[in-house]
Amino acid sequence: MKADIRVALVGNPNTGKSTLFNVLTGLNQKIGNFPGVTVDKKVGYSKLPDGSTAEIVDLPGTYSLYPKSQDESIVFSVLADRANKLSPDLVIVILDASNLKRNLLLYSQVADLKIPVIIALNMMDLAKKSGIIIDIDQFSKSLGVPVVPISARKQEGIDQLKTAVSYANKIALQEDSIDVRSIAPQLIESISKELNIDNPYFALQLAHQHETLKFLSAAQSDRIEELEKEHSFHSQKAQGSETIARYSFINELLYDTVKVPATAHDETLSNKLDKILTHKVFGFIIFFAVLLFMFQAIFSWAAYPMELIADAFVWIQNTLNHILPAGPLVSLLVDGVIAGLSGVMVFIPQIAILFAFISILEDTGYMSRVTFMMDKLMRKVGLNGKSVVPLIGGFACAVPSIMSTRTIENWKDRMITIMVTPLVTCSARLPVYTLLIALVVPNKNVWWLFNLQGLALTGMYVFSLISAVVVAWVFKFILKSRERGYFIMELPVYRMPRWSNVAFSMYDRSKSFVLQAGKVIIAVSIVLWVMASYGPGDRFEKIETKYKQPQYTQNISTDQVSKDIASEKLENSYAGVLGHVIEPAIRPLGFDWKIGIALITSFAAREVFVGTMATIYSVNGDADNIQSVQEKMHQAKNTQTGQPVFTLAVAFSLMMFYAFAMQCASTVAVVYRETKSWRWPAIQFAYMTVLAYVASFVAYNLLN
Amino acid sequence: MRLSQLQVGEKGIVKEFTDLEMSVKLMEMGCLPGEEIRVDRIAPLGDPIAINVSGYQLSLRKREASTIILQ
Repeated sequence: MKADIRVALVGNPNTGKSTLFNVLTGLNQKIGNFPGVTVDKKVGYSKLPDGSTAEIVDLPGTYSLYPKSQDESIVFSVLADRANKLSPDLVIVILDASNLKRNLLLYSQVADLKIPVIIALNMMDLAKKSGIIIDIDQFSKSLGVPVVPISARKQEGIDQLKTAVSYANKIALQEDSIDVRSIAPQLIESISKELNIDNPYFALQLAHQHETLKFLSAAQSDRIEELEKEHSFHSQKAQGSETIARYSFINELLYDTVKVPATAHDETLSNKLDKILTHKVFGFIIFFAVLLFMFQAIFSWAAYPMELIADAFVWIQNTLNHILPAGPLVSLLVDGVIAGLSGVMVFIPQIAILFAFISILEDTGYMSRVTFMMDKLMRKVGLNGKSVVPLIGGFACAVPSIMSTRTIENWKDRMITIMVTPLVTCSARLPVYTLLIALVVPNKNVWWLFNLQGLALTGMYVFSLISAVVVAWVFKFILKSRERGYFIMELPVYRMPRWSNVAFSMYDRSKSFVLQAGKVIIAVSIVLWVMASYGPGDRFEKIETKYKQPQYTQNISTDQVSKDIASEKLENSYAGVLGHVIEPAIRPLGFDWKIGIALITSFAAREVFVGTMATIYSVNGDADNIQSVQEKMHQAKNTQTGQPVFTLAVAFSLMMFYAFAMQCASTVAVVYRETKSWRWPAIQFAYMTVLAYVASFVAYNLLN
Repeated sequence: MRLSQLQVGEKGIVKEFTDLEMSVKLMEMGCLPGEEIRVDRIAPLGDPIAINVSGYQLSLRKREASTIILQ
């Protein structure tokens, strides 16, 4: 899509920036990465009242242009570097009207970069409720920029904001906030001259950030470093005096334009809620109850839609088998691709529900209270209160969670969080657990309301948290710290969740799960089908010839013969041979060669297990009687003993293996990207594999 | 008097900082000399604490709070 104007959205965290972005662009948006870094880039389009189109870029939330994390440094790069592909024509700075003072710090920095600016004054309703009166005309006049009061949540003032965008000036007209040059007069002068820069604040920011900015050449960066030495520039002191100057500008501005009643900060609803939610006893009980409710809900609410999806796939397979002629291609489609896909699609309801919960917890502000409550505990085991979010996010998926560890400023805390996050039960393990639990744990209620299967699942989740904590504690002694950590974090006011954001997150996450996991699963299913359908040398022909001999054709029913042929073929196929090769290694864990095949394919992604099981048992079974994977596995018998394959011991041994093993190519890749070295993913892979083997071995031998 | 010595509900006015690196971060978040701070609550396990500063709530660890000297 071609846009007439590019607009960047900038603001503090928790100011409703994402809500405004969603309101402005609707579903007309796409999420990608900023070039070179793994920060989420959200771009969307908005139709303006005058018929033109605006491209809207949502930049990460930040408190100032001095970056404390990679996410935040993107903001300065995009705004300041005119050569950046996303360099905006106009910036909308979104301010929380109920918390103007701190919000204006970022505004004054952005304004000094002299890009055309519009202020969107959000949460006007909240400000009014607490008695804050803002003289908007005076406010706008003092700053020299258009100010549009809005409520992104109630979608008020959006049209006015769009109108302001279409009438926006092409040149920056805002008043200067502070005398930037006075902070480091000679240095700013020299940098401006050497790099041919006309904006003093840009020059000053280059002095602070030149080491990390990608758009500077090495020679430019070195030159700035020399100039700094020459003028004995002290970055932290300069930042301090800039901040003080900016706040005194802000205080003056607010004194003239905003009236805050003395009673505004009294006992608010948020405070009352905090008294209960962060209470010594109730706080932890409530947190645990929230988690328990979440997992019970994932199990019970998702049951019906999951059944529908599973039935739909069985119907599709049956129909295709009837209308298409039998042959290897149809078999590839039905037994390979569709069987593999159905194993994954059924978990969409569970993933959607999980992401709904996570987005509600973040949106309401409860997640930061959990961080607040858990910090001391987390620090004891070498983590950080901020590790709670990646760890809880790990329940959904380790990949975005590991990316979210960037909010942890301390290197050691962050490394430990990255190392243990993949231990937390992610949504990809959910299919494996639910399948195995449903196989061996009876579907009964105990103590009136607790479902036994739900309890077993909760147990796996709690177990994963405990193991993450223990492993973190061990790492605490192994890793040496380079810097000290700090924990300065805003506790946002409690809000009702925005249901449209929740719905959007459910849709978005499920979609990316289906697309990303789906691709892997289709590929693996095809490879697996080929490996399971063909064998080395002339083994298959020998089997065919063997069963044509009279002792088979005469005494045994043709049905039985074709079943025997199929299972002997599977055993002699490439997949079967591979499974047999690793069988001695996994025998002590209670696994046979069929499970071995699933273990191997699962190293691409855990959820492939279900698809693999479906494919293996479909190839083995007969085409007229397609059942769900669960039924097939339930009926699976050991060929020698005649006992069921999936006993309690085998199922739990398998779950232990999946709990610990690093079976996720995407996580390995993201850990490499985030740590910029293969050392960390290698260590992680090694320790997790060892733990997986030991835990499986113990579980199998205890339960058998 | 340091911020870490205040009890829940007590107020103080920021005078200076004992740590330059920390002060830059604290000032950015609105904890400036001359600003009034009130301790809103202490986390269930005794650390960190939540303070009210320039109209919003900020949480920080006791060790960090001890770098803020009050008038």
